[in-house]
Amino acid sequence: MARVAMRGLNKKYDEVHAVIDVNLEIRDQEFVVLVGPSGCGKTTTLRMVAGLESITGGQITIDEKVVNELPPMDRDIAMVFQNYALYPHMTVYDNMAFGLKMRKFARPEINRRVQEAADILGIRELLKRKPRQLSGGQRQRVALGRAIVRHPQVFLFDEPLSNLDAKLRVQMRVELKKLHERLGTTAIYVTHDQVEAMTLGDRVVVMRDGRVQQVGDPMELYNQPANRFVAGFIGSPAMNFVPVRIAAQNGSLWAESESLRIKVPAPIAPRLGPYAGKQATLGVRPEDLRIANGADTKDLSFDVAIEVVERLGSEILLDVAAGPTTMVASVEPNVTAKVHERVALAINPDRMHFFDMQTEDAI
Amino acid sequence: MATYGSASTVALRQQYVPAAQRGPITRLLEDERRLAFCLMLPTMVLLALFIAYPFVNGILLAVTDTRVGMPGHFVGLDNFTKIWRDDIFHVAVWNTCLYTFVTTVFKLVLGLWLALLLNRHFRGKAFMRAFILLPFIIPTVLSTFAWKWMFDPTFSVLNWVLFHVGIIQTRINWLGDPVMAMVSVIIVNVWRGVPFYAISLLAGLQTISPELHEAAAIDGARAWNRFRHVTWPLLLPVTLVIVLFSVIQTFADFQLVYVLTGGGPANATQLFATYAYQLGIGTGLLSQGAAISLAIFPILLLVVIVQLIYIRRAETL
Repeated sequence: MARVAMRGLNKKYDEVHAVIDVNLEIRDQEFVVLVGPSGCGKTTTLRMVAGLESITGGQITIDEKVVNELPPMDRDIAMVFQNYALYPHMTVYDNMAFGLKMRKFARPEINRRVQEAADILGIRELLKRKPRQLSGGQRQRVALGRAIVRHPQVFLFDEPLSNLDAKLRVQMRVELKKLHERLGTTAIYVTHDQVEAMTLGDRVVVMRDGRVQQVGDPMELYNQPANRFVAGFIGSPAMNFVPVRIAAQNGSLWAESESLRIKVPAPIAPRLGPYAGKQATLGVRPEDLRIANGADTKDLSFDVAIEVVERLGSEILLDVAAGPTTMVASVEPNVTAKVHERVALAINPDRMHFFDMQTEDAI
Repeated sequence: MATYGSASTVALRQQYVPAAQRGPITRLLEDERRLAFCLMLPTMVLLALFIAYPFVNGILLAVTDTRVGMPGHFVGLDNFTKIWRDDIFHVAVWNTCLYTFVTTVFKLVLGLWLALLLNRHFRGKAFMRAFILLPFIIPTVLSTFAWKWMFDPTFSVLNWVLFHVGIIQTRINWLGDPVMAMVSVIIVNVWRGVPFYAISLLAGLQTISPELHEAAAIDGARAWNRFRHVTWPLLLPVTLVIVLFSVIQTFADFQLVYVLTGGGPANATQLFATYAYQLGIGTGLLSQGAAISLAIFPILLLVVIVQLIYIRRAETL
């Protein structure tokens, strides 16, 4: 069990500044997910923690001990790789036992630990097989087994589920969560899949272009995205963005574009005050839009043309056009809207987001 | 454009000619066995002409008493009993085995070492990889003549260097001394053979995922253990194939020894191939030369069979 801290962490290659000033405190027993599009520096960060990548600047500590110069074997970590990296010439048992053998554990202890891990992961009957005789999911379990037999201070996961098919991925995700609950080992998990990040992470770190964009628990990222990037990255389908002009009229603020005119709700209005007469970006999630009925005020609704109707069973996604901007609305499955129909959509006033046009920061 | 259009229409129409309208040859080739035979024919002709015919001819020659300018008569296994009692032949067998064994060990060890170095990232990597192949690319006879000059008793640059560095006090008679002659021949063979090992093993190394080394490093394996437990077992099938090729080539090596020592001094570096040449072409005893060449065959066959068994076992690891 351990805390991991990164302070002013930087990684520069010849031409690329892959990781820029990352500061992160990971608490004991915490499951932290690094998420972001490819090339955002999340894997490089993880590899620096593992000791597989040298550190250009800053500091990494594991339990207050600076590990910058320590080789991977002395950091007391275990890593699960994207392609599993199982030793193809060894049996499942030997794959799991290798780390213990290298650390000169006694044979009975190795045996006990491997059996224990095999029981936890339900791979006891596979111990004599070679990796190539296993399915993707089974290999994944062996890779996990190899990590947990060592009882390391920190688990590092590098996109461990991305090679599995969609159904198995969901299943393994749940198992990983249970496993973490059972073992309580501090874990750092890298993924590009925001659903994985939201479901697994106690806290989620969103990265882009080498920089941390926001750190927070999943609901915090969803409800209060720090900037437009996080707002667009977290949540599926993604948040709609509409460029608007903020106008002051009759003592209240209005967000206006060619096709809509929405009254800014009173709680947000003070923050938007300085933007009166200027441009901003309105962000609204598909699930915060619904078909307007007679009771809805004109102030919070606007007319759209339906272009595509996607019936997903539990919900319907409407791809709509409001003038030049296209948006997605997630509505109740009993809505009978048809393509080419014109409807009015109402915005949930408590869940409107505004972003600065230049900095893209949340207002 | 118009002509192009009509041409493609014709081509299209030809594709759909009904079976009855096709020519007799086309119909014959419809049978897969006949087609396969036709496709293999060129290879079979080449193999028959350049491998099977000389081989059979060699066997026929070995059971006669043919000499240059004298068509021989059938003498059965006389030639084989003769060479079996021939002391020089025994020396050649021993020399060939020693030569093959020692060079193979050195080529493997040095080649592997070089391959491991070349597998790292460094500036000028591509250049070095190409550069390393030079001894292998230069025609053996040419490079061996260069070596012969370096081994020259009077003008030897090796002696000059060793003397001036202070390692030796007197000149080494590289090619004149029986032991040193064998050492010299082995040095040149190793020098020439290492690039082949290095590049082939490098190709093998590059198929091993770097993630495996990272996993092993995290698992607590230091460099030597990573090599022993990860690299070496995964490289073994490739290594065995390379060694197999190399052993076959070295066992039948000719030009290097022929140029450097001609098998001397006093047969100290006499190999199968040089002795067969000396007896068959040099002395004109064609049938005995053929018998010596054929004597390599069962030995090599044994080597090949043993190694193929090992390769199969390594691959199913």
